[in-house]
Amino acid sequence: MSKRRIIPGFGLSMGFTITYLSLIILLPLAALFLNAAGVGWAEWRSILGSPRIIAAARLTFGLSAVAAAVSVVLGLLVTWVLVRYHFPGKKLLDSMVDLPFALPTAVAGITLTAIYGKTGWIGCHIASAAAWIKTTWQPTGWLGDQVNSWADFGAAYSPLGIFIALTFIGFPFVVRTLQPVMEDLGHEIEEAAATLGAGRWTVFLRVILPLLTPALITGFTLAFARAIGEYGSVIFISGNLPMKTEILPLLIISQLEQFNFKAAAVIASGMLVVSFLLLFIINLLQRRLDWQNR
Amino acid sequence: MANLQATTESKPVRALLIGLALIVLSLFLFLPLLAVFAEALRRGWEVFFASLTEDAARSAIKLTLLTAGIAVPLNTLFGLSAAWLVTKYRFKGRAFLISLIDLPFAVSPVIAGLVWIMIFGAKGWLPPSRMTELLAPLAALAAQAASNESIGGLFEGAAAWLADPKIVFAVPGIIIATVFVTFPFVARELIPLMESQGSDQEEAAVTLGAGGWRIFWRVTLPNIKWGLLYGVLLCNARAMGEFGAVSVVSGHIRGQTNTLPLHIEVLYNEYQFSAAFACATLLALLALLTLGLKSVVEQLSGPPQN
Amino acid sequence: MNPALITVLLATSILALTACKKTALPSAERQAAVSLLNVSYDPTREFYVDINEAFKKQWQAKHGGSIEIKQSHGGSGKQARSVIDGLEADVVTLALAGDIDVLHKEAGLLEKDWQSQLAYHSAPYTSTIVFGVRRGNPKGIKDWGDLVHPGVQVITPNPKTSGGARWNYLAAWAWAENFFSKDEAKVLEYMKNLFKNVPVLDTGARGSTSTFAQRKIGDVFLSWENEAYLIEKEFPGQTQVIYPSLSILAEPPVAVVAKNAKKHGTTALAQVYLQFLYTDEAQLLAGKHFYRPRNPQIAEKFLVQLPAIPMVTIDADFGSWGQAQKTHFDDGGTFDQIYSAK
Repeated sequence: MSKRRIIPGFGLSMGFTITYLSLIILLPLAALFLNAAGVGWAEWRSILGSPRIIAAARLTFGLSAVAAAVSVVLGLLVTWVLVRYHFPGKKLLDSMVDLPFALPTAVAGITLTAIYGKTGWIGCHIASAAAWIKTTWQPTGWLGDQVNSWADFGAAYSPLGIFIALTFIGFPFVVRTLQPVMEDLGHEIEEAAATLGAGRWTVFLRVILPLLTPALITGFTLAFARAIGEYGSVIFISGNLPMKTEILPLLIISQLEQFNFKAAAVIASGMLVVSFLLLFIINLLQRRLDWQNR
Repeated sequence: MANLQATTESKPVRALLIGLALIVLSLFLFLPLLAVFAEALRRGWEVFFASLTEDAARSAIKLTLLTAGIAVPLNTLFGLSAAWLVTKYRFKGRAFLISLIDLPFAVSPVIAGLVWIMIFGAKGWLPPSRMTELLAPLAALAAQAASNESIGGLFEGAAAWLADPKIVFAVPGIIIATVFVTFPFVARELIPLMESQGSDQEEAAVTLGAGGWRIFWRVTLPNIKWGLLYGVLLCNARAMGEFGAVSVVSGHIRGQTNTLPLHIEVLYNEYQFSAAFACATLLALLALLTLGLKSVVEQLSGPPQN
Repeated sequence: MNPALITVLLATSILALTACKKTALPSAERQAAVSLLNVSYDPTREFYVDINEAFKKQWQAKHGGSIEIKQSHGGSGKQARSVIDGLEADVVTLALAGDIDVLHKEAGLLEKDWQSQLAYHSAPYTSTIVFGVRRGNPKGIKDWGDLVHPGVQVITPNPKTSGGARWNYLAAWAWAENFFSKDEAKVLEYMKNLFKNVPVLDTGARGSTSTFAQRKIGDVFLSWENEAYLIEKEFPGQTQVIYPSLSILAEPPVAVVAKNAKKHGTTALAQVYLQFLYTDEAQLLAGKHFYRPRNPQIAEKFLVQLPAIPMVTIDADFGSWGQAQKTHFDDGGTFDQIYSAK
């Protein structure tokens, strides 16, 4: 323990970090929880246990996880290409990665709906592909519903649309967390591994990937966390049908519109507790990996 | 030969990977960008420029710049401090702290606005009437300073605000909501980077007798500058583009509390699609510009280590 | 990092802080001038831009001196919420009486009897709910009964988040109640089938307008009368307006937020402003923006465009807004039943 504290500045950084964190994050969230605590346990359970909330929670958390996982894969690919290779237009591509941050979420939502909707540049192809699937295989059940909806509206107004919006929102997090780490990764270890006769794929799996794992997990966490809370871009593309494509943040808004402040605070707090637990577990996992690496 | 193959990929693999990345980027990023620009220019350049220079747009741009100008430096300071704390020391509750730093990401923007209303709103903990009471002594001081002939001008703004201290539905509310939403960006960018670098260099510097600040400026900062820069850029982009949280606390008063994203929504809702997207291109261009700046800085101070 | 970069960073942050001081100044000055904040809902933007211009001219001619009228628009419920939480509106002009009632109930910002303080229940103009369809009406939609046919897609916003959507819902309900002679089960069945045909529930009226008009989704668009005409103007040649056999009289009310106006010393101005809405000039403007003028002589001028159709009213057919809200839109109300009982 004492060995770790060789570096000075513990007191200062601890003091500043905790004060700032308390003022900006903890105080407001305490206000939220106190508001929610006012309603009593029974009501908490009845609000959070209602089928609509459960359906929305499943959709929100499930799709966020899938979108974050896909973001990690796509992000790894893109970062690799951006860091390792040289090709014309690289700088431009690099700068475009931040686009989802800079575009106001509402604009992103409208634009994505326009592109992936039935009349859009990509949506029309999705729609015709779905129509073809529909006539050839006639899928039934959940998949059948999805295919019907795709054929009618393209990717918009279905879980697929929400997934696209969430991936769009989460993807830059992965790239931007991975990029500095990958740039720092020298070629020395790889060369060493290669001289020992390891193939490229082995080097990637055994040497590079483990070094990138903490950053990948961070990227996943950020993309996941951001996706759970996302509102602006999703409501345009989701269709907002209760039990089908309704996300949790929308339910909070609809409670507020009914002047039901407490219920909104309860849903928000519930959402926050679950997200925090998920973040905490992921961070613990990362710490364990970290110790193994040392 | 084995050596070469193991440190880089063969040509076809490379081409394949680049191709795949291009497809991903164009589906997700290039097409939306193109759509935004296409919409913006649908009615020609004249409409495009007119919609950027009109009064409401200008005040929105100013407010957006002001908000980012305050939120980003604050969160940068915090990010440096938090990353230092979390990566240079091991202490109880460390993982807990990291999760707390991530928390604002998981808070829906709507909630991020709402919590400030729960504190500073008319029915919150510190409603404007209470704030007026609390700040009364300060207000009196500021009023006195403002009436001073030589330096009065400096305090006028402060005095006026202190006399009627509005937070939500005014500019300060927009700023704190933005600070909340962009809170983790710099810290989150720095933590994995400093984690992967370890503390060996700093420890060596300590043994050589260097003080804390000196280590920070001379050893740590040069090592993390790229990560820091990315973090600041992200934080800035998000601060300028934030919509949900700001929408809750702004009150949407035209020409006064509308930031650029809110102004875009207003325009869109008025069926001025071209004008709305023109303002959106401005935000997209800002992102491109900041990245342009990044590469300039990169070139001035030498390329990244490898 | 080199010192030059640090200097630049520091300089920009100092610049940002001083910029804060400078921008604080004009806003303080603005507050000193006579100004009025009108907090309104979404579809009234264009209308109030004209009203404010006309009012300013009239005021200047009569009293001299300049006044400023600031506008804030958003979903009706959200706007009411903001006013309760401290958005200091001098006057509110919202989509439904319920949203002004809460200003009294939740925050005591105005008197309980606010609605009796101006003529016609404090609603200087009215509107109704109509159908927007694609040009030529390819699906042959004439009345509410046609909306539940299979293959007809209906666009309406979400009644939970949009004031306009609540009017849509109640209009449909009123027709069904009439058609099925108050057989509650059949009415609910009709509503269920109606919402089965709704593929998207946008959060606000303007959202679903763009879904229908710009995104070209859906066959019928349940809409405010003025919005339906507005998209005819904005997207010429693509849509047309259909009047159903029965609709609902929507009365968007206005009120002075007494407490705020008193604080700002704008009570008299606020009252004159709202009374201005009843003058011939403002009534003509209302008609021009496809709101139904209250003044019968002026309403007559617009009869061709805004024809008289049978309409139910909230008070006569649903009791009151409070009651309608409770039965239909609160948690567990009929709207929730439509979606939960699948």
